Amino acid sequence: MTAASRQDAAVARTGIATSALVPSANAGSPEETRGGSAVRGMSAPAAANGPTRGAPRSLLDIEGLGRDGIVEVLRLAESFAEVARRPIPKVPALRGRTVVSLFFEDSTRTRLSFETAAKRLSADVMSFQASASSIKKGESLRDTALTIQAMGVDAIVVRHPSAGAPARVASWVDVPVVNAGDGWHAHPTQALADCFALCGALGRPLDGGAEMLAGIKAVIVGDIRHSRVARSVTQAFSLLGAAVTLAAPRSLLPPAPETWPVAEVSHDLDDALRGADVVYVLRLQAERGAGAYVPSLREYSARYGITAARASSLAPEVRIMHPGPMVRGVEISSEAADLDRCLVDDQVRAGIAVRMAVLFLLLSSGDGASGAELGGHD
Amino acid sequence: MTEGIGGSRRLVLRGGTVVDATGERRVDVAIAGGRVVEVAPDIASPGPQRKASAGGASGDDAAVLDCSGCIVCPGLVDLHTHLREPGDEDAETVASGARAAALGGYTAVVAMPNTNPPLDTAEAVSRVLELGRDAACDVAVAGAITQGRAGERLAPMAEMAALGVRIFTDDGNGVQDAGVMRRALEYARDLGVVVAQHCEEAALARGGHMHEGGWSSRLGIPGVPAEAEELMVARDLALVRLTGARMHFLHLSTAGSVALVRAAREEGLPVTAEATPHHLVLTDARVVSFDPVFKVNPPLRSAADVAAVRRAVADGTIDAIATDHAPHAPQRKDVPFDEAAPGMTGLETALALAWTELVTPEKTPEKTQAGRLQAAVPAATILGALSWRPAQIAGLAPEHGGPIAEGAAANLCVFDPTEEWTVDAAVTASRSRNNPYAGMRLRGRVRHTVRRGEPVVIGGELLR
Repeated sequence: MTAASRQDAAVARTGIATSALVPSANAGSPEETRGGSAVRGMSAPAAANGPTRGAPRSLLDIEGLGRDGIVEVLRLAESFAEVARRPIPKVPALRGRTVVSLFFEDSTRTRLSFETAAKRLSADVMSFQASASSIKKGESLRDTALTIQAMGVDAIVVRHPSAGAPARVASWVDVPVVNAGDGWHAHPTQALADCFALCGALGRPLDGGAEMLAGIKAVIVGDIRHSRVARSVTQAFSLLGAAVTLAAPRSLLPPAPETWPVAEVSHDLDDALRGADVVYVLRLQAERGAGAYVPSLREYSARYGITAARASSLAPEVRIMHPGPMVRGVEISSEAADLDRCLVDDQVRAGIAVRMAVLFLLLSSGDGASGAELGGHD
Repeated sequence: MTEGIGGSRRLVLRGGTVVDATGERRVDVAIAGGRVVEVAPDIASPGPQRKASAGGASGDDAAVLDCSGCIVCPGLVDLHTHLREPGDEDAETVASGARAAALGGYTAVVAMPNTNPPLDTAEAVSRVLELGRDAACDVAVAGAITQGRAGERLAPMAEMAALGVRIFTDDGNGVQDAGVMRRALEYARDLGVVVAQHCEEAALARGGHMHEGGWSSRLGIPGVPAEAEELMVARDLALVRLTGARMHFLHLSTAGSVALVRAAREEGLPVTAEATPHHLVLTDARVVSFDPVFKVNPPLRSAADVAAVRRAVADGTIDAIATDHAPHAPQRKDVPFDEAAPGMTGLETALALAWTELVTPEKTPEKTQAGRLQAAVPAATILGALSWRPAQIAGLAPEHGGPIAEGAAANLCVFDPTEEWTVDAAVTASRSRNNPYAGMRLRGRVRHTVRRGEPVVIGGELLR
């Protein structure tokens, strides 16, 4: 397959021009923006990088991306996963482009994953780690974002402790913004990676129908209240057809959990696990004050942890997932974490592939030159 | 202020329909010397027969304000205005806030004491009163209940009351300690002043940045449950029962709060309550944009709460519509939602919002969300909630809000109930732009504002 035909195929499969995508925040009129009827996810104007500079596309949350957007990313990620298996796992697709990671929260894993993804696409990578002291100096998020944009970057990857901060950044700059986790709100690339890893483990083909997790029962257990991962994973799994059960003590559930796209809310993990195909374990977010929501880690672990006994009582085909970092002995026992059907490593690998796909989709449209080089190593 | 038109010239408001607490009638209104001097169906142009009064003044020295098609009502009175001076003059000053008020049809506002430093002494109060003397509307001051608004030791209420302060509040904070609140109510009762509470149980509200519900759940923004407000309403009603003191509830925002106040009124407790325009018009769904222009305290509530508060305005449980005009400089809003200061501007839009949404409601997207108000609210109810009821609560009646009759103080608002306009956040007399209604199409626009007999706004434009 030639480079050009591979790219054509990728574009045809992904339909990156406009399908399934909605206008981003600063694309709409003030009335539309203030009306707030739609959550913005990834969006694609007709001429993202044209001289008239349309509104940039951004990936802010799973709702904005939608089912078709998820499928686009996953299918493109499959091509990029193949790149990772090459002797030289690198393609020149984003050569000459600059991606900056703007992190206001410690997150070595997510930052490394994004930076690895960008480097495998041959993009230049800059890293901005806001320390506590630099925030204390008083520079506003807006000024920081505008400063970084003025350096001539092509995309900004934002991690921030405040829900909605990436959406705010996207409203101020005119380059694509990728949400790398904001407060309790969303972590869309984590959810995309989890979908990719789970489909792979279950042998669900990505080129089949859009509901690639149809018939699957997924149990999400743990500190759901404080978890951006839980919000994004619930939406993504549900959009792909899975029946999602939330399992947690009420004190660790969000308000009005019944308004989430879930099949069931349970306060008894063993009951919830009956008939499950996958159990998705969340970390107890002690740094977010979660300790005040349960009396003790011992009690929590006994009631909601994947203990060795619980793991061994699960049917052998039940997959275990965890977004990391795991706290062994609290939400998951070492025995369970080390089982073959624990997909943690698959999730990490998938994270690089879907982040490559996301960066490629956001940075390559409207500029055929760089995109046409996808697969140029062949 | 008593020279010019207010002094010797006669001013005629011609062609309007007067609406006040006594009813509605098609009459012209003539003003001289700061007072209404004639109310009659058809007052002729000022002629020679009028020139007797002011020695030497010519009969030609008179003015007519065209009020055709307009409603002429007592000037609006805002029970709840943040003028930000002293301490945050970047956001607003007494002068700029009063100009915004005049544009909105207000002839008097009550300045909240949560300035820096707070208005918790007679000296601090008198400084703001002094700043208000040359302002575009009358500026009354609410004093703090406790020193530093810290909720612990009573502020010198009698010294402030001697300057004319009639309302005391720690607004921005609820008085958390029931024992302190009890003493405040007891002390206030002796002084004949009103204690006004910002109802928010801090232990339950702590860390929250929006209404707790489906939207906060989905957006991952920590929520403030309706119960944080309702707990303090219930507690304070018990304290009113205990002390017999008069009390006012600020910016009630939930169905539970208005139900509690409705029951208390039926019981005969001496309580009044206000609601803001934004709690009558906007819901928590707006936060989906993460734009902090929609961050406010109490937070925008659910559609069911909005519908309940609207019903409470319609049935009189809510006495007053008060703006909680809370200007903020851009750097307090150009930040992530949870870091932003709460508050939105409101003086220039309150009447039009109430008119559009409550008096002449049509189907709008927001209203479809808000679960529909049955019938329209009568114009007199809304104008009462914007003018004469708050004037009574603030102790400003009858100078403000009084019936438009011969001898009455000429503090008047003239507005065109049919003019439609689009809100532009940049077009404002306020120093701040945190206007959540930008882009909204509204019906009803203030044409003239007359303060103490003198026009301060003519044709929608400030005169100075």
